[in-house]
Amino acid sequence: MADEVLTAPLVLEYPFTRTTGPVIGGFLTGLREGVIHGVRRSDGTVMCPPLEYDPITSAPLSELVAVGTVGTVTTWTWNGEPRAQQPFTQPFAWAMITLDGADTPMLHAVFVDSADDMATGMRVEVVWRDKREGHIIDIAGFIPAVASTTGEPGAMPGDVEQIQSVRTSIRMEYTYTPGRALSQYLRAMKDKRILGDTCPETGEVSVPPRGVSSVAGKPTLPELVDLPDTGYIESFNITRVPIKMRPDLTPPYVSAWIVLDGASVGFMGLGMNVEPEDVRVGMRVRAVWKPDDELEMSAQNILGWEPTGEPDEVITDYARVGRIEQGDDQ
Amino acid sequence: MGKERAAVLGVGQTKYDTTYPGSMAGMLREAATNALEMSGKCWDDIDAVIMGKAPDFFEGVMMPEVYLAEALGCVGKPIMRVHTAGSVGGSTACVATSMIQSGVHETVLTIGWEKQSESNAMWALSLPQPFATSVNAGAGGYFSPIIRRYMMMTEAPELIGCMVALKDRKHALNNPYAHLHQPELTFEQVVESPMLWDPIRYSETCPSSDGACAIVLGSEKVAEAHDGPVAWIKGIAMRSESGSFAGRNMVSPAASEACADDVFAQAGIHDRRKEIDAVEMYVPFSWYEPMWLESLGFAEKGQGWKMVEEGATSIDGGDLPVNCSGGVLSSNPIGASGMIRFGEAALQVMGLAGDHQVDGAKTAVGHAYGGAAQYYAMWVVGADK
Repeated sequence: MADEVLTAPLVLEYPFTRTTGPVIGGFLTGLREGVIHGVRRSDGTVMCPPLEYDPITSAPLSELVAVGTVGTVTTWTWNGEPRAQQPFTQPFAWAMITLDGADTPMLHAVFVDSADDMATGMRVEVVWRDKREGHIIDIAGFIPAVASTTGEPGAMPGDVEQIQSVRTSIRMEYTYTPGRALSQYLRAMKDKRILGDTCPETGEVSVPPRGVSSVAGKPTLPELVDLPDTGYIESFNITRVPIKMRPDLTPPYVSAWIVLDGASVGFMGLGMNVEPEDVRVGMRVRAVWKPDDELEMSAQNILGWEPTGEPDEVITDYARVGRIEQGDDQ
Repeated sequence: MGKERAAVLGVGQTKYDTTYPGSMAGMLREAATNALEMSGKCWDDIDAVIMGKAPDFFEGVMMPEVYLAEALGCVGKPIMRVHTAGSVGGSTACVATSMIQSGVHETVLTIGWEKQSESNAMWALSLPQPFATSVNAGAGGYFSPIIRRYMMMTEAPELIGCMVALKDRKHALNNPYAHLHQPELTFEQVVESPMLWDPIRYSETCPSSDGACAIVLGSEKVAEAHDGPVAWIKGIAMRSESGSFAGRNMVSPAASEACADDVFAQAGIHDRRKEIDAVEMYVPFSWYEPMWLESLGFAEKGQGWKMVEEGATSIDGGDLPVNCSGGVLSSNPIGASGMIRFGEAALQVMGLAGDHQVDGAKTAVGHAYGGAAQYYAMWVVGADK
């Protein structure tokens, strides 16, 4: 369908580095050594996993105590469709497990064949990961405990190196939808057409179209307008050092605000076929398109902007941006 | 409608650094404890906690306010998070103040923080988007074209930005909490520093810092009973605007000017340069000092750079010392940076700014901005009610 809204996957991921402090660091150090710690509150009760501050009095907590590796399920639910990064790939139970010697439960996974094997009150024991590094994933999960397992608290070896920081990778998968106005713009891009939309009050033309006027706070006019692929540079930046996150951009490169002929406001584009030293505010430019057989429904069809060789645009007010000659009374 | 008076009773900070050695919760606790200590208050005295930080992507902790309630003594009390990008520290202090001005609370703890070591703000500010072309990387690439326009508009000498950078780094030497302490730094080194986002040099950008800043605010009744100096809040203001529209003044956005007009009117300030004794303004890239001097009405349009050139903004003999703490150019825990500006302004009028105290400061301004120069927050504080 011609006006169907486009969608695309969007994945964001980053390996965050957490400095732990002594309480969480002590807990993680214990996991590496095969010992699970809780923290003792002033009333003598033990919270596992430990918290840095008392959940009732807000007092700082510091006394780590080893708890057992066997515990009791206090409640549970079945997870029939495990996702990536969950403890098991096969269906499993999420359970609240109070380890022996602790007074609060931890949430973790219990690996059993089916929900029929789960019950509140059942005894479960820790399954350690083969190689432990001082991370919460050192606990692979839990399985039903055999009667002979006591799960006595382990003893920490003396003089171990404390965990001070830990890497936690986060990955989020989105379905990105650019919306109605932008979808029309992207479809037209496949035909090397550039569309903008118009504010019903000021007549301001925005590229890419936004569907709504940020000035009037109203929907833009339903009819999009075709714009030429020429315009001018209203200001620019020259990035002169490599940006770690953008290995695809080789410095020095020019990122410029491009105002198309007929448009009211600019957008950011890459300067091409020009030395950075030769770029000027007001310089006339035209789009450099991908070869026709590589065109997609994407703004990436425009590789960048190159000088046309025409005389520069005359800019009268460097504070203000966009085409402001008409209808601007300030 | 009348407002209750509000005052700053205490300001607490952590040493700003590349990496805070403890946990996020521990970092906030330290700043909050320091603020409580100065205020003479204890956890039980606090009615509510108002916190602010920069976008969640900057640290990858979603809804940190939920996890941090215990660390901030907030069990059983209201907790609220404010979010306005880089200006958040300022707007958070404004929201906390309004909790007292409205008569809802008597004593409020407000706190802003960032642990940049856990993530990479450059990554968070350069997230990919399907279908789109992105040639931008980081905040500098966004602000450099705006600075270029300011330079063309005012025909300011090329090295004004370097003068600001050196001045703020020298100021930072008198602030034990500042991240950057560069006693040997020379003007030549600032000038010769490589261009990052031309026309912005590396030396003209802010560091990536860990840190937290907390402020204890009290009502008039609480402040009157306080044994020690307080900073009376004479005005708070916030404004915002769209990041892109035709005719937008990018150099001095309308929202910035409106925010300043509002806060100075509330405080009864007529001659801004003359009546204000110290300014803590949000200057993450050096050229923003002359730009904000004009936008906030301390200088005529096109004249802000002359104040820099004349040394008017230096604590060493200037008539309008700006960023005596070293400013954002010397410490930038993003979510805290606005709160630090507000807190440092308060310390000046309380007479508690230590080695970077402006002699006899009676009235001071805290300022923050954020997003695509879209969000503004300011307060004016005074030694006298």
